Amino acid sequence: MGIVCNLRRAAAATGLITAAALISTSAFAAGDAKEVEDQDWHFEGIFGTVDKASAQRGLQVYLEVCAGCHSLKQVAYRNLADLGFTEAEIKAIAAEYEVTDGPNDEGEMFQRAAILADAFVSPFPNNEAAQASNNGALPPDLSLQVKAHAGGADYIYALLSGYADAPAGTDVPNGLNYNPFFPGSFIAMPPPLAEDGVEYSDGTKASIEQMAWDVVSFMQWTAEPEMEQRKKMGFKVVLFLIILSAILYAAKRKMWSNLDH
Amino acid sequence: MSDDTQDHDGSRRDFLYLSAGAFGAVGLGAALWPFISSMNPSADVLALSTTEVDLSQIADGQRVTVKWQGKPVFIDRRTPKAISEAESTDLADLRDPQSDADRVIQPEWLVVVGVCTHLGCVPKGQKPSEQRGDWGGWFCPCHSSHYDTSGRIRKGPAPLNLPVPPYEFLNDTNIKIG
Amino acid sequence: MSAGTNQTGGTGSGLVKWIDSRLPVFSYMQKEYAEFEAPRNFNWFWNFGAILTFMLVLMIMTGIFLAMQYTPDTGLAFDSVERIMRDVNFGWLLRYLHANGATFFFIAVYIHMFRGMYYGSYKGPRELLWMLGVVILLLLMATAFMGYVLPWGQMSFWGATVITNLFSAIPLVGDSIVTLLWGGFSVDNPTLNRFFALHYLFPFLIFGVVILHVIALHVTGSNNPLGVDPKGPQDTVPFHPYYTMKDSVGLAVFVTIMAAFVFFAPNFFGEPENYLEAAPLVTPAHIVPEWYFLPFFAILRSIDFNIWFVDAKLAGVLAMFGAIGVLFILPWLDKSPVRSAKFRPMYKWFFWILLLDCIILGYVGGKPTDDPVFAGAEWFKIIHLGYITTFWYFFHFLILLPLLGIFERPKPLPKSISEAVLGGGTSGSAATAKPMEKA
Repeated sequence: MGIVCNLRRAAAATGLITAAALISTSAFAAGDAKEVEDQDWHFEGIFGTVDKASAQRGLQVYLEVCAGCHSLKQVAYRNLADLGFTEAEIKAIAAEYEVTDGPNDEGEMFQRAAILADAFVSPFPNNEAAQASNNGALPPDLSLQVKAHAGGADYIYALLSGYADAPAGTDVPNGLNYNPFFPGSFIAMPPPLAEDGVEYSDGTKASIEQMAWDVVSFMQWTAEPEMEQRKKMGFKVVLFLIILSAILYAAKRKMWSNLDH
Repeated sequence: MSDDTQDHDGSRRDFLYLSAGAFGAVGLGAALWPFISSMNPSADVLALSTTEVDLSQIADGQRVTVKWQGKPVFIDRRTPKAISEAESTDLADLRDPQSDADRVIQPEWLVVVGVCTHLGCVPKGQKPSEQRGDWGGWFCPCHSSHYDTSGRIRKGPAPLNLPVPPYEFLNDTNIKIG
Repeated sequence: MSAGTNQTGGTGSGLVKWIDSRLPVFSYMQKEYAEFEAPRNFNWFWNFGAILTFMLVLMIMTGIFLAMQYTPDTGLAFDSVERIMRDVNFGWLLRYLHANGATFFFIAVYIHMFRGMYYGSYKGPRELLWMLGVVILLLLMATAFMGYVLPWGQMSFWGATVITNLFSAIPLVGDSIVTLLWGGFSVDNPTLNRFFALHYLFPFLIFGVVILHVIALHVTGSNNPLGVDPKGPQDTVPFHPYYTMKDSVGLAVFVTIMAAFVFFAPNFFGEPENYLEAAPLVTPAHIVPEWYFLPFFAILRSIDFNIWFVDAKLAGVLAMFGAIGVLFILPWLDKSPVRSAKFRPMYKWFFWILLLDCIILGYVGGKPTDDPVFAGAEWFKIIHLGYITTFWYFFHFLILLPLLGIFERPKPLPKSISEAVLGGGTSGSAATAKPMEKA
């Protein structure tokens, strides 16, 4: 039938493949969970960056609210320099936590203050202790949560700010809490954020939405600390490759124009 | 047959091929760098490239070993006797002449890397029960090198003094090595 | 046509001559990659062999540098990958190149295969070439499967558990085989360790079979979009510089697209759940393989009924491997003497339907079997769509192709490539005489 017809078919197939990829890779809506609202994050898009001020507030929320139950094992105190903290400030933050070190020369383990090189100190020594302290539920490590759920930052934000009273007639099982965004609607974590629960050092009003927003900004950074470097490099690389492709294509056409047609 | 492609048609065609080749070569070179760089020390390794030591717990005359970049570092809070012996040495007697003043920041504190400059053993002398060699410093049990109270080689096969690592006093009681 | 084995023209300088007379690598390269006559009418789908070679090299290089930093122990693997992402210089880049590289490897492989199916590249005398390709595909799938286990995330662990458990379906020896694979009583440290060793090894096996694949290709020469053999030098061009040049264009475009994903959407093709560390006591809500395995996963799940004396689990496994098996015997299923779908109007339709069928199979593989396909019609479930698409897949290969070989009336073939390319043409459709080269 001709090349053009086949080209159209090829294009249609490509479109279908893309559509299929999009469909099949998108999250199967986790059961009956409520649809998560799309937020406008500072870090979204090709030129998105971490809102450092927000992330610093988020660190405060993590340390004061979340760190009681949730570890942040993949992050080291020294990483906080990325968020604009000075070495002295980070040392001061770290020094408030104790780390088990050793064995010393007597063969004993000992406690010492955390230093820059240490990972964030966990609230529990192991998963079993964490579960025992939380009625059998395991508070997950927060380092990667933004990447670990379809919906990402939008989902975490919705979850944290979305606690509500259960609809009339719903039986909330003992020990659980109603949250329409959580798959199955009943989550073990009680609402962690309360109005003015944290006193922000920069004076920002600590509404639940604000704290949720800040801690998610922080968690986006803990999940993808390389993001800014990656996007910056990506811009240069992709631009370079586009130009390279164009030059190569022009050279190819010149070379092929030799041949009799 | 294949040679026909080399028309000497003019610089425009060659320029195109040249720029294509150049771009490609630049790209390839740039692409190789991340691979090589990944082999350099990573951030967590670099974080351990310095060690801070709290000196306030070390008594007069006491010696402490700390780990720095995987190696032992001897910290000696020297007695006045040890200091004067170190300072009054005739440099002509030394295999590796170095004045004590050149090896310390504050004379009371000697900081040296505890690796024998002969073949790499860790010299004895840190613990009170260990031998200190004929000059009261350190004694390497592997081939009997003797180091003095400034960590300088005096007798035995080692060619050089115990190295002094880069360090600085952060304040009166803390030093940062590395 | 091709130069003799004596070093003519350029391969002449001292050192090159010295080496070449003792080990003819240079004259080999000159003959097989420079002077090698290739049909002049390749379209852009012919780029993908070179693209695949590049991808193999990229995967091996990123893999080796990742292996310098990775620890294959269940207690350390997940953290070692995070260390690569966070602390190793450009570690995130190596990791994302490797993970997205796998995806793009499969994109290229599938395009390469469908090109072969459309243009009849699997037909005589290229049957062995095609079968070597299927061997490469199998090795690639094994490599990718094992590689995905290494980060030791939830999907790594549970995907490994599900797929290794399938082998227990083999009668008599099934359970022993699974225990052998595991090195224990479940997917655990021994499994992870051996998967790492084998994952490192297999790409070099792939490399070896690729060499055989290319040698086989050079024996028969390349196929072309018309499926008509080159009759003489007027039908061909030397591979270098024409196709080296054209391949670099295609490669550059392919790499550009891949770079866009690596730098701006590096987790688009991935499964978020794999960023949770493997938890043997917590099964994820939905266990899914990577997208490139979804069609096979769909076929596996579609056979949920016993077939005669074969129980459903075994039947599903046989169907899954059978889906690749039919590819092996494709040259003998489709006996039409006409290669290219350009001249096979009926086959052409069925080709596109097959492609659509494979895409839908992929969709089916990613969804829970009990979900409705369309929100309104609860009775038509994913599993039903799976039945239809699985049936069609095997129907296409096992029934349709042999029948087409007998009953199809192909269009008249052009007398030669150059005739078709340079205009003029056979009686009838002028369409066949359109220039293939859209320079």
